[in-house]
Amino acid sequence: MNDYLEIFNLKKVYPSAKGPQTIVQGFNLKLRKGEFVTVIGHSGCGKSTVLMMVAGLSTITDGGIVLAGKELDGPGPDRGIVFQSPSLLPWMTAKENVMLGIEQVFFTAEKEERELIAEYYLTVVGLADSMHKKPGELSQGMRQRVGIARAFALKPKMLLLDEPFGMLDSLTRYELQAVLLELWRKNKITAMMVTHDVDEALYLSDRIVCMTDGPEAGIGDILEVNFPRPRDRKAVMEHPDYYRLRAHLIEFLEVHAHKKKPASTVPAASPAVAVAA
Amino acid sequence: MKETLRKLDFLLLPLLGAAVITGLWYFSSATWAGDLPNPTKTWTESKPYVLDPFGKRGEMDQGILRFTWLSLILVAKGYSIALILGTPIGFFLGLSKTFTKAFDPIIQILRPVSPLAWLPLGMVLFAKVKGVNISEMAALFTIALCSMWPTVLNTAVGVRAIPTDYMNVARVLKLSRWKTLTKVMIPATLPYMFTGFRLSLGIAWLVIVAAEMLTGRPGVGGFLWQQYNALVYEQIILCILTIGLVGFVLDRLMSVVERRFKTA
Repeated sequence: MNDYLEIFNLKKVYPSAKGPQTIVQGFNLKLRKGEFVTVIGHSGCGKSTVLMMVAGLSTITDGGIVLAGKELDGPGPDRGIVFQSPSLLPWMTAKENVMLGIEQVFFTAEKEERELIAEYYLTVVGLADSMHKKPGELSQGMRQRVGIARAFALKPKMLLLDEPFGMLDSLTRYELQAVLLELWRKNKITAMMVTHDVDEALYLSDRIVCMTDGPEAGIGDILEVNFPRPRDRKAVMEHPDYYRLRAHLIEFLEVHAHKKKPASTVPAASPAVAVAA
Repeated sequence: MKETLRKLDFLLLPLLGAAVITGLWYFSSATWAGDLPNPTKTWTESKPYVLDPFGKRGEMDQGILRFTWLSLILVAKGYSIALILGTPIGFFLGLSKTFTKAFDPIIQILRPVSPLAWLPLGMVLFAKVKGVNISEMAALFTIALCSMWPTVLNTAVGVRAIPTDYMNVARVLKLSRWKTLTKVMIPATLPYMFTGFRLSLGIAWLVIVAAEMLTGRPGVGGFLWQQYNALVYEQIILCILTIGLVGFVLDRLMSVVERRFKTA
C-alpha cells in the first residue's frame, strides 16, 4: 500500500574462523514514503550491516529488499548515502566531490545546470564560501556537510545514514542534525539512519527500531515518535513524552547489553567496526 | 664565536668529511695503492674534460657533460619504457589476485637479477631484429627491465591500499570502469606510484654504467671503462664523481615531484 521500502526476512551470514556466523536474521521492516526511521542498537549488533545491505554495499545472504516497487540488486545512486567518515575524495574540491555524483545522475543536463545543483546544495548546508576548498582544508564537521550535500544533490529515492554524526563533537553534531532535518523536511525524502545516540534518534525520527544484540540480531522493539513537525530541539526535549520514550530506549539498550556482557566492555564505534558491524 | 660556528655546521661538517676522504685518497695513492693517481694528478689530468665540458675531440673523447648528456638520454629512454610497462603491470598486480598468484613468483625471481646478466640476453634478443641498433636496444632492454620493479611493486601496494570508502563512493555512484580508474583509483595511487618512480630512476641511473661498459656506447660509463682499458686511471674518479652527482640531483628532483603528489 503506502510502503516505500520493504525489507523482507533479511539475513546476513559472515564466514569466520569458527565457521559461518549469522549476524542478522529475520529482519522485517517497512518504511512509508517520506518517513524518517532510525535503527538503534549497540555497536556491533548488525545495524550497520542492515543499512549496508539496503545500500547494496554488503551482499544479502537471504531475504530481499524492495524500494519503490523494485527489488534492489547492488548499489546505485538512487540511494544517497552519508557514511560515518565523510568519504570525500581528497584530491577534489568540495564542489567537485558533489559534482561527481551529479554528473552520473543528471548526465543529460547542461554543465551550468549541474554546477548550479552542486552550488545550491553546498550553499544550503552552509558551505557557500568553502565549496572550492579541498577536504583537507575543511573541518570534520564541514566535511560531513559536504557528505550530506552530496547525498541530497543526487535527488535519491531515499537517504541512508550510517552514524553520520558519530565522529563529531556534540556542538557540531547538534548543528548538523538541524541541517539534516531541514533538508529532509524540504525534500520529503524517505530516510533510514543508524545510530546509537538516543537523543539523536528521538530528535530526528518518526519511528525508532531497536535491534537486539547479535549474533542473530533482529528487531526487538519499534517506537513511534510523534513529536510535532517541524521540530525544534528545545520543544522536543520539553515535550511530555520525551523522557518516557528516552527512558524506554535506554532501558532497552541496557537490558540487551547486560544479556551478554557489561556495557563498559562494548567496544567504542570506529569506522572499521561500524562498516563491519 | 661558538654560535657562528654552529650556524656554519651545515657547511663546515660536509667539508670536513670531504677533507677526510681526500686525505685517505692521498695516503692510499702514496702507500699501498701505487696505481691510484692522487687527487692533484686526477684534477690536472681531468681538467680538459671539466673545463671544456661540451667539447668533442673524438667518439670516446668528449667533455664530461657531453658524456653525461648521452647517458641521460639513454636513461630517459629506458626509464620511460620502465614506467610505461611497469605502471599497468603494477595496477594489474594490485587489482587481481589471480594475476598476482600467476606473476608474483616470477617477478620475485627476476627482480634481483643484475644488469650484467640481462645485457647479454638483450644482445641475443635483438641480434636478428632488422633495422635497430643492437647495442642501444640491449642497453634499453636492460635499463627498463632492471628499473621497473620498484614502480611495479609500489603501484601494486598503492592499488591495494585504496581505502574501501573511496571505492564505495565509486560503487554507489555507479561510476564507469574508466571513471573509477581515472577519478578514483589513479589519484588514490599516485603517491605510491611516485615513490616507485623515484626509486626506479635511481636504479635506471645505476644500470647505465654497466650497460655502457658492456656495449661500449659513448657516455659516462663507457668513457670510464675505456679509460680503464687504456690504463688512464685519472678519469675513472672523475666519472665516479659525475655519476654520483648526477644520481644525487636526479633523486632530489624526483623527491620534489613526489612530495607535491603526497600533499595533493
